[in-house]
Amino acid sequence: MSSTPPEPPDPPAADAASHALTVLGAGVMGVGITALALGHGLPVHLVDTDRQRLDRARDRISDELRLAQLLGALPPGTVPGQLSTGTDAAAAAGATAVIEAITESADLKAGLLAEVSALVRPGTPLITNTSSIPVEELAGAVDRPAELIGTHFMNPPYLIRTVEVIRGPRTGGRTMSAVLSLLAALRREAVVVRDAPGFVTSRILHPMINDAARVVQQGTATAEAVDALMQGCLGHPTGPLRTADLIGLDNLVDSLRVLHERTGDEGCRPCDLLLTLVREGRCGRKTGSGFYNYR
Amino acid sequence: MTVQYNPESPASTGADGVEAELLGFLEGHTHSAWEPETDLFQEGGLSSLFAMQLVVHLEKSYGIAIRGTDLRLDNFRTVTRMAALVRRLRETQSDGRHG
Ligand SMILES: NC(=O)c1ccc[n+]([C@@H]2O[C@H](COP(=O)([O-])OP(=O)(O)OC[C@H]3O[C@@H](n4cnc5c(N)ncnc54)[C@H](O)[C@@H]3O)[C@@H](O)[C@H]2O)c1
Repeated sequence: MSSTPPEPPDPPAADAASHALTVLGAGVMGVGITALALGHGLPVHLVDTDRQRLDRARDRISDELRLAQLLGALPPGTVPGQLSTGTDAAAAAGATAVIEAITESADLKAGLLAEVSALVRPGTPLITNTSSIPVEELAGAVDRPAELIGTHFMNPPYLIRTVEVIRGPRTGGRTMSAVLSLLAALRREAVVVRDAPGFVTSRILHPMINDAARVVQQGTATAEAVDALMQGCLGHPTGPLRTADLIGLDNLVDSLRVLHERTGDEGCRPCDLLLTLVREGRCGRKTGSGFYNYR
Repeated sequence: MTVQYNPESPASTGADGVEAELLGFLEGHTHSAWEPETDLFQEGGLSSLFAMQLVVHLEKSYGIAIRGTDLRLDNFRTVTRMAALVRRLRETQSDGRHG
């Protein structure tokens, strides 16, 4: 007992500059997560295979940073982190953590995570921001499954303080604590849940949005009326269909398909109205129209 | 007869017309009339995304850049406050430009 060395001093408070994030995917979430991290002083390298998306992302990120600042969502007096961008995921090699936010497709994600896992230093957390694909399903693709974990940032990430964190059956304790301290550096509050299709929030929210769309499809009410009732009577902050437009209807359909395939729940089969809107390119805010018009 | 400038006239009739222009902009975008002192977000229920539209409008219309600690919702809460911000930034930023 007497030979027990003294407790080491507490490590210094997480220093923003000690992080170097790589974010994969410059869509709705990749842009939002990047803005959140930059606004908290963390440097980010943002990757997308689509060069045009990447070019647009810079402007969108600076707009989001201004909005976040306007709304008091960023820590005052923080020097924004440096942003760099590229089309090659190999740049993830030097990252302290990788956040994957590409299209909701199990094949695409497994392929990219496998590639990145082979590049990064062992011990680097690989964080998937999937809405619905079980972490364990993707863990089969990576070199070291203990390093894979799920987070579910929501749009816009700098305004939504709470983040669902998904611990897969093989997620390691070190990955867990590294991700919790990353979230602390981003001033997010984690709620840790177990692995399952859709975890908690998508499993509940996405079929609910599908139902809301079905109500409109059947002519029971307009989108405005559905949202007004869900807001006014049930206290939903924006209404499910305005939320759907904010998520992106194409992403929602992908996520519902993932849920339907894995749970067999017919309520998760994307309804015709959602499919029609996506086919018409009306994917919500990001394309200028969806259930509502944004032009 | 000369029209006397009344220094006690309320800010809503600011001689440079900033308040009037902003009230017009708001009416055009929301299809309802506003008072210079109405809290647009709390009482008026306008969204935070609309606040960003106001920022862009002020920058474009008045040739100012709204940055740093000026970029906070409180400065955009009422027409009166926005007009005060415009006047202050016009003064300081044009000073800067002309050395
Ligand atoms: N939209 C939301 O509100 C929301 C919320 C939480 C989680 N999610 C999840 O986050 C992820 C991203 O969603 P989104 O809405 O940002 O999608 P999005 O369609 O807006 O963007 C996806 C981006 O990924 C890029 N991409 C595709 N394959 C790639 C690859 N191999 N390498 C690099 N980039 C690639 C695409 O070019 C596109 O720019 C999805 O898994 C989604 O389910 C979305």
